[in-house]
Amino acid sequence: MRMFRSVTIGQHIPGDSVIHRLDPRTKILSAMFLIVLLFVVKGFVGYGLVALGLALVIRASRIPWKFVIRGLRPLMVILVLTLTLHLFMTEGRVIFQVWFLKVTWEGLIRGLMMGTRLVLLILGTSMLTLTTSPMQLTDGIETLLKPGKKIGIPAHELAMMMTIALRFIPTLLEETEKIMKAQMARGADFQSGGIMQRARSLIPLLVPLFVNAFRRADDLAIAMEARGYRGGEGRTKLKELKFQRLDAVALGLVITFSVLVGAFF
Amino acid sequence: MKEPLIRFTNVNFIYAKTHGEEGQAALKDVNLEVFEGEFVAVLGHNGSGKSTLAKHVNALLTPTSGQVTVAGFDTSDQDSVWEIRQKVGMVFQNPDNQLVATTVEEDVAFGPENLGVPSAEIRRRVNASLEAVDMLSYSLHSPHQLSGGQKQRVAIAGVISMLPKCIVLDEPTAMLDPDGRREVMKTIHRLNKEEGITVLHITHHMDEVIGADRVIVMDEGRIVLEGTPREVFSQVDLLRSLHLDVPQVTDLAERLRNRGYSIPKGTLTVNEMVMLLCPSD
Repeated sequence: MRMFRSVTIGQHIPGDSVIHRLDPRTKILSAMFLIVLLFVVKGFVGYGLVALGLALVIRASRIPWKFVIRGLRPLMVILVLTLTLHLFMTEGRVIFQVWFLKVTWEGLIRGLMMGTRLVLLILGTSMLTLTTSPMQLTDGIETLLKPGKKIGIPAHELAMMMTIALRFIPTLLEETEKIMKAQMARGADFQSGGIMQRARSLIPLLVPLFVNAFRRADDLAIAMEARGYRGGEGRTKLKELKFQRLDAVALGLVITFSVLVGAFF
Repeated sequence: MKEPLIRFTNVNFIYAKTHGEEGQAALKDVNLEVFEGEFVAVLGHNGSGKSTLAKHVNALLTPTSGQVTVAGFDTSDQDSVWEIRQKVGMVFQNPDNQLVATTVEEDVAFGPENLGVPSAEIRRRVNASLEAVDMLSYSLHSPHQLSGGQKQRVAIAGVISMLPKCIVLDEPTAMLDPDGRREVMKTIHRLNKEEGITVLHITHHMDEVIGADRVIVMDEGRIVLEGTPREVFSQVDLLRSLHLDVPQVTDLAERLRNRGYSIPKGTLTVNEMVMLLCPSD
């Protein structure tokens, strides 16, 4: 039972490429531009250009293609589903017909478009998570959300919650494994039976897990308070984010590219 | 005479009532003075009030009656709480539940970040603190990759990066294996000797008390015994009646004395015992 050993949080691959060195804010904003762009573009030429741009970015990140492509694997089911649904459910010029199932030109094209859109979306956003550590990502989100404080967005609190979640995921996984073993030693069975029975067998796992998590939360709150934590006000950082010239150039390129491609294709 | 760093004056503390039960008195008329640079150990079995005592030192709890002052600040005064928490760092029992960040260095930086220290100074303090607990080479590790003793040393680094005058350790070794315990005790003693940090060490391991300057024994919320380790451990019968053990060597000395050997009370270390039994050397 070493089921949880292989779990890594996020999929960050450390490196020292241009993309790695960019400020997380630059990368988050770029990813957002990409998402909007993908919903504005309405033709294969546009998608082709986006794919080309993305390929250049992936190249510059020096992350092996195999890792990038691997990110698509969990998406396969959705991709196939999207394609089939569009293929069969769209009215239009029929290519061929089997009984009541009609495959149309319009369906084929729309299915391919949606599929390409999804693939590019995932590739683009995984470039963000592959080249940015969870800690940097959190810092980036915090600073980006900071202006939202005036309208009540708790930027610092959200970032703190993410940090603590990241910190405790491995701890809780270890604990889950420990409790599971303990319950199995006493004859609990987590593997057999139907869905209902399996769900029910999780209760003796979840109850102690939750009770412990609450106790941990309590301890952690006291420890944080003892170390002078009093919210984001007046806090400094070990690593301040720095928006450098490289970031200005990169963001400028992304914006120009998005506007041009979005306007013409 | 020098002003004590920590002073408890007639402190009583009663835990709030829960579910209609009577509130429990955890501290009863405690008077205590701790001076700068001292290593004070607090002994007591479970429920003796030693943890409650610890939480009073950095204002996590405030007395129901009486007064606690730290470096001249009253812990009951809301405005001085942050001042006090900077002066008194606290290390807790469970090494897992007190590390906040995803990497060792970020965690050590957490305290100074809260104090609003500039980045460059934080970096300097983080490296110095990790160096002091001998964990500098682990600065980019994530906490769950560390052993219990290492985690506890990181927690200590996280406290000393705030440059406190005093560290309160609330049973820091209770959840560690013997190796981890030894690492942590060595670190605490070194910080006390070399950096001059005042230590208030709360424990129920007798062996960890031997190196202290002063020992305080608590029972049912009261201080029942106070003195050097030698003085305290010469009271074997009293300690036993409080459900506390004595160090092995002291126990042996007691047995030998009962058999008529002339071994003085309060013999603490193996070396002492060897010298007493084989004085020819």
